[in-house]
Amino acid sequence: MTYLNKADLKVVGTRPIRPDGVDKVTGRAVFGADQALPGMLVGKLLRSTHAHAKIVSIDTSKALALKGVKAVVTSADFPDIPSEEAFVGEGPMNFRDLSRNVMARGKVLYHGHAVAAVAATTSEIADAALALIDVKYEVLPFVIDVEEAMKPGAPVLHNDLFTQGTTPQPTEPSNVAKRVQFALGDVDAAFKTADVIVEGRYTTEPVHQAYIEPHACVVSVGADGQAIIYSSSQGHFMVRAYCAKLLGMELSNIRAMPSEIGGGFGGKTLVYLEPVAMALSKQTGRPVKMVMTREDVFRATGPTSGGVIEVKLGAKKDGTIVAAEAILKFQAGAFPGSPVQPGCMTCFAMYDLKDVRIIGYDVVSNRPKVAAYRAPGAPISTFGTESAMDELALKLGMDPIELRLKNAAKDGTKAAYGPTLQNIGYIPTLQAAKAHPHYSAPLGKNQGRGVASGFWFNIGGESSGSVHVNEDGSVSIVTGSPDIGGSRASMAMMCAEVLGIPMEKVRPVVGDTATIGFTHLTGGSRVTFATGMAVTQAAEKVRDELKVRAAKIWDIPPEAVEWKDGMAVPAGANAGGFDPLSLADIAIKAAKTGGPIISEVSVNAQGAGPGFATHICDVEVDPETGFTTVLRYTAIQDVGRAIHPSYVEGQIQGGAAQGIGWALNEEYIYNAKGELDNPGFLDYRVPVASDMPMIEAVMIEVPNPRHPFGAKGVGEVPIVPPLAAVANAVRSATGLRMADLPISPPKLRAAFDAR
Amino acid sequence: MSSLSYTAPTSVNEAVGILAGAQGLAKILSGGTDLLVQLRSGRTKPDIIVDTKKIPGIMGIREVDGGFVIGAATPCSVIGEHAGLSAAYPGVVEASGLIGSTQVQGRCTLAGNLCNASPAADSVPAMIAARATAIVVGPSGQRAVPVEQIVTGPGRTSLAKGEFILEFHLPKPAPHSSDAYLRFIPRTEMDIAVVGVGVSLTVDAAGVITDARIALGAVAPTQVLVPDGAAAIIGSKLDDAALAKLDAAARAVCNPITDKRGTIDFRIKIAGVLARRAATIAYKRAGG
Repeated sequence: MTYLNKADLKVVGTRPIRPDGVDKVTGRAVFGADQALPGMLVGKLLRSTHAHAKIVSIDTSKALALKGVKAVVTSADFPDIPSEEAFVGEGPMNFRDLSRNVMARGKVLYHGHAVAAVAATTSEIADAALALIDVKYEVLPFVIDVEEAMKPGAPVLHNDLFTQGTTPQPTEPSNVAKRVQFALGDVDAAFKTADVIVEGRYTTEPVHQAYIEPHACVVSVGADGQAIIYSSSQGHFMVRAYCAKLLGMELSNIRAMPSEIGGGFGGKTLVYLEPVAMALSKQTGRPVKMVMTREDVFRATGPTSGGVIEVKLGAKKDGTIVAAEAILKFQAGAFPGSPVQPGCMTCFAMYDLKDVRIIGYDVVSNRPKVAAYRAPGAPISTFGTESAMDELALKLGMDPIELRLKNAAKDGTKAAYGPTLQNIGYIPTLQAAKAHPHYSAPLGKNQGRGVASGFWFNIGGESSGSVHVNEDGSVSIVTGSPDIGGSRASMAMMCAEVLGIPMEKVRPVVGDTATIGFTHLTGGSRVTFATGMAVTQAAEKVRDELKVRAAKIWDIPPEAVEWKDGMAVPAGANAGGFDPLSLADIAIKAAKTGGPIISEVSVNAQGAGPGFATHICDVEVDPETGFTTVLRYTAIQDVGRAIHPSYVEGQIQGGAAQGIGWALNEEYIYNAKGELDNPGFLDYRVPVASDMPMIEAVMIEVPNPRHPFGAKGVGEVPIVPPLAAVANAVRSATGLRMADLPISPPKLRAAFDAR
Repeated sequence: MSSLSYTAPTSVNEAVGILAGAQGLAKILSGGTDLLVQLRSGRTKPDIIVDTKKIPGIMGIREVDGGFVIGAATPCSVIGEHAGLSAAYPGVVEASGLIGSTQVQGRCTLAGNLCNASPAADSVPAMIAARATAIVVGPSGQRAVPVEQIVTGPGRTSLAKGEFILEFHLPKPAPHSSDAYLRFIPRTEMDIAVVGVGVSLTVDAAGVITDARIALGAVAPTQVLVPDGAAAIIGSKLDDAALAKLDAAARAVCNPITDKRGTIDFRIKIAGVLARRAATIAYKRAGG
């Protein structure tokens, strides 16, 4: 059954207060670091003081001898796991690499890499114990920059890393883990037919997800080997799977509990602390709590890749793009697995191109292993391609929206990465941008306007949801999806819509790994789509069961009962003249009509609809200081159907804000020793509130018919356009093409001076 | 395990006695907005913390003979709310209002900002430009020290063991005087100055500048005065030629470093830009 007709909807599309809101604003919500268990120990990590070094020896004897220290673990306390691809998190991950990222084995690969951990009775004793661990290093040359790491003769991180995706495969190890290619048609021939060609080289810096809550967990392993994990993550089934593998345990012996999560943005789709706390708890028989500092978060978690994007576009005089090519080089951090593949797949997906080629390189260097970050890879590659589109529009003398309209992907367009697109809403975002008053508003001195678009796949996947009718007619929902963007509200709303009851009658919770069916993590903008599908189906089953129960009460056939406005009613005059039975009426009598009324549905949701967005950005630049002020920002997005419009707008605004930070100020600054020099929010500059204008979110609704309510993922695509939208606005204000992010004041002032 | 003692003396003499007799590292706590952060990060490991806020008169602002006495532990939010001080020294007040966030403003102090001895301290160039004097108390009594003589290098001050700042004196402003402070940061708030400029000046009835004092922050190991810049604008109506000379003079005294907050080249150029802009603001405020 579908609910695609918006006019029929009573709950979906309204803006009720979120069920988790009061706890969050009053401080009652329990986040990762709020958990505590009796007898709990404090776990702390010793981190590498070198960017690249061989671990010669680790002497833990002095630390162990300190009073109050209960355990010290190193890689020797973890199984040495063979190479095996994991499909647990978001993006590629190898269990062996993850194990070695969690605890360095043989070598440290970045400054801040974990080398040992202690469990002690107090934080002070744990700190003292860390200082007593004697690690002997043999320091190795290191490489930070992606293109330096690709050069012959660069320090090699992994002697067993041979570039995949090239024939023949190299016989010498290098830092290039993989080469990927996506192509349609004959690009080289097509460029020869172009009237106009633009070429550019663009770079982005690694940026952190910058979730406000640092990683935290409490792990307790019993004498019988039964473990319980409380942690902040985007998927407790993911936490369970990784910990089981890294510690050599069975899944059924681990119960992973979701805590409230203070932001993830993709960065909490893998584990750092949980396996370490588990090893410490196993040794001590006591619960172990580990909490990262912000400095730990910067030195050892996330970020997403920095990248180099070389773009070439060829077009006819009328703006028709005849050929497009991009070469992407992405930093993976210390282990392979940058999002270069989705970077390749997304960067031209807004356009209907017959001849296109995208080549990507996944490159390791002595930085923390990258983690997923909101539309992984797409903002980086799209910064290059959408900056190039702006250059093309300038060269053709064409309006940038017209150029995009001329080449826009539409239903039936075959994307370079394979599929033929359906039910997409890209053109409507461009039309809405063109018609928006923002696009024609006058600009002042030193002001400029930029436009950019973006694409993100969105995914479905495995999700479970259960719906329970309580004895009084209220309803409880359990899902396996940690709520990072208001998903409890949207689940409750979809359930309420199906049952015909007010949303406030439905209470949603996130269940742990033992209380709800398997659910893939919260990522890929999949929860409203996939978990929403499971919840909708579970609610429909409950509704069907309610009709059966009403039929029993009335002693008529179930087919003779209809469900209308939250009530069972006789289907017609022939069914009998019964008064309607409310959900509560039926619930109260459940024991007499067959017992509890519940349903649990698990799905592997297919058919997620891709997201498209077009953003308009106005900036004012101070030519003397290089300071860029974002004056006005409008983000237009096809959202399928906004289940809770406020949270969709929140996603759009949040993504745009993060993208603006990426464009203007966020960067990792490494010193000559290969150490990160700005591991804190003072000098790693995410935008503060006063940096931002009000971001106007414009929702276009082109429903996805493969979801009962037409929902599409909305959380990721809004971070894709801002990088180029800002750079294109700066170009418009100054005439300067800022091809290297961030467009920080010193860089922009230097560009003015160089002109 | 290390230990840390805390004491809150209730008189200047008691505080001086404790500081002078302290074994190991003693740290003064006024607002604590730098000290607590340093304690948490492990950057400082004091043996004793001496909280000065219980000393009578150390918090608050008094108007004396047309000038102002600002207690060393007065929170910057109190400074920002003082109408008389805001009218007489808008530059000092706006500089002190830039320290930290709204929450930090409720605690942070001018003395703390000065004695933390960061080249980037926001209130210091403004105080220097305004000819502020620090009243230093210690074992050998009380002395008045021009603010520019307190900081001797990053993290270092001229205060001797047992000494601390009790209050600041701002002189009675001459008629048609005013001041201004500008800083550059890469975002709009919650940041540390890449360059800071304090300008104080006086004009005559015709709008000609008769006196000026300019101080820069974050462009050298300590805050620096720009006497050539002052000379360049004295006698002018702050015309373009005078401003260009001021810009050049400000750039000439810079001796910055390249670090994560800015390059040498950028800091020098911005010092010139902000000197011009701050002078223009002060000039307008003075009635020029």
